[in-house]
Amino acid sequence: MTQWIDACAVEDVEEEDLIRFDHDGRTFAIYRSPDDVFYATDGLCTHEHVHLADGLVMDHIIECPKHNGRFDYRTGEAKGAPACINLKTYPVKVEGDRVLIALA
Amino acid sequence: MGSGIVIIGAGECGVRAAFALREEGYRGAVTLIGAEPHLPYERPPLSKGGPLPKVIAEEARYGEADITLRRAVRVTGIDTAARAVALSDGSILPYDKLLIATGAQARRFPGMEAAGTLRSLDDASAILGALRPGARLAVIGGGFIGLELAATARRLGAGVTVIEVAERLMARVVPAEIAAVFEARHRAEGVDLILSATVAGVDPIAVVLGDGRRIEADIVVAGVGAVPDTRLAEEAGLAVADGIVVDHRLKTQDAHIFAAGDCCRFPYRGSHVRLESWRCAQDQGAHAARAMLGAEDPFSRTPWFWSDQYDLGLQVAGLPDPARPFIRRDLGEEAFVLFQLDDAGLLSSASGVGFGNAVARHISVAEKLIERAVPVPPAQLSDAKINLKKLLKG
Repeated sequence: MTQWIDACAVEDVEEEDLIRFDHDGRTFAIYRSPDDVFYATDGLCTHEHVHLADGLVMDHIIECPKHNGRFDYRTGEAKGAPACINLKTYPVKVEGDRVLIALA
Repeated sequence: MGSGIVIIGAGECGVRAAFALREEGYRGAVTLIGAEPHLPYERPPLSKGGPLPKVIAEEARYGEADITLRRAVRVTGIDTAARAVALSDGSILPYDKLLIATGAQARRFPGMEAAGTLRSLDDASAILGALRPGARLAVIGGGFIGLELAATARRLGAGVTVIEVAERLMARVVPAEIAAVFEARHRAEGVDLILSATVAGVDPIAVVLGDGRRIEADIVVAGVGAVPDTRLAEEAGLAVADGIVVDHRLKTQDAHIFAAGDCCRFPYRGSHVRLESWRCAQDQGAHAARAMLGAEDPFSRTPWFWSDQYDLGLQVAGLPDPARPFIRRDLGEEAFVLFQLDDAGLLSSASGVGFGNAVARHISVAEKLIERAVPVPPAQLSDAKINLKKLLKG
C-alpha cells in the first residue's frame, strides 16, 4: 500500500517555487510549477548534498543553490555538470487544499 | 581527425572539457593528462574542511566515455609545427586539437619560501593533518583560501592568526561592506586578524612582520594568490600576459591550440580578464570543447564565485568594481545583496552574504540578468518585496 503523507498546504508553495519538507528523518523538496502542478523530489542535491530549498526554480528546472547543478524536478533528470546523478522523485496528489506525497 | 584531442591538465576545466567532447558527439581519441597521481578531484573542498577527496568523476566514468586519463605524467613541451606534445615519460603524443588547462599555482612572495601553500590534495592533507586543538596556524593573506582555511582550523580547535597586507579582507573581489561581515565573524570566532601588515620573512615556526613582530606558529600557510601555469604556452611561442591570451572562442593564436580555466586571459565586457573560479573553469572547459569541434559562438558566461566560512555563505556574480556605488537589498536575518550597474545602467555585478545559501536565489537571478543584459530599474533592486525573477520573464 502506498503511504500518502500530508506534506503542506497548497498555499504554502508559491507558483514556480519550492519548499522544504522533512518527514521521518528524511528531507524532501515540494515544487509548484508555473502551470500549477505539484511535484516532489529528494531534498538534497546529488552532487554535494546541499538542500535544494534555497535554489532557484525556473520553469521546470530547479537549480542547486551552491554549484549550479540543475534538475528537471518533474522527472528528477540531472541536466548537466556538476550534477550527474538523477534526483529521486515521488508521486504527489492534491486533496482539497492539502498536498500529499507518496513514500514507498 | 586522425590524432584526436589532447587536454593538458586534469583539473575541473580539463575534465569537464573531456566529458563535454563526448556529450557533443566527438568520436576521436580524447587524452586527458594530469600531473598529479590522484583521480581528478574538486579543489574547492580543500580549504573548506569537508571530506577529502571529492572526485570529479568516478574512475569507471572515464572508461565508459572512452577518455584516456593519464595520471602522474607531465607535458614537457609542445611542438606546434608537428602538432604533438612531449611527455615526461619520454613519449610523444600527436594532436589535432590541443587544450591547455594547466590552471594556476600558489604564489609565494620573496621571504615566504618557508611557508606552505594550499592548492593540491597533498597540500590539504598535510595542513589539515596538523590542525588539532592547541595547534597554532598562521595564515598569510586574507583572501578566500586563507579565510576558509582559518574557519576550518578554528572548527578543528586550532588557534589562528591571519596576516593581511591590505586594510581589509578579500579586497580583490569582495565589496567592503561584505568583507566587514566576515571580518567581524572571524574576530568573534577568536581569529587574530592583523590587517595592514607586511611580512618581512617566514621561518618554519614563525612569521616575522614588517614592524618586527614575531607570530609563533606550528604551521605557516601563504594564501596570497595564484600565478597562471603558462610555461608550456610561453615556450611554444603563444602570447602570454598574466594568462594565455585567447579570443572570444578561447582559441590561442595557433588555430589548433585552445586554453581555458585559470590559466587563460579572455575577453570579458570590453577588456581581458583572468579568473580563478571553479565555475568558470567548468564553463570554459565545456565551451572550449565545443569550440575545438568548430562552434563559433563566443564564451559569454557571467563570472561566479562563492566562499563558505563558518556558517556564512558568500556568492558573487559578475565582477564587482569597488570604485563604483552599490545598491543594497536587505533579505532579513542579516542577509543582504549589493548590486552594481555599469555606465549603460545594466547590471554588472551582484554580491551577497547570509547564513548558508540565503542569497543563492538572488545571485542566480542576477547572474542571468547580467548575462542577458536585461535593463533593471535601481528602485526594484533595492526593494526586497519585488521578485527579480519576474524581470527575466520580460
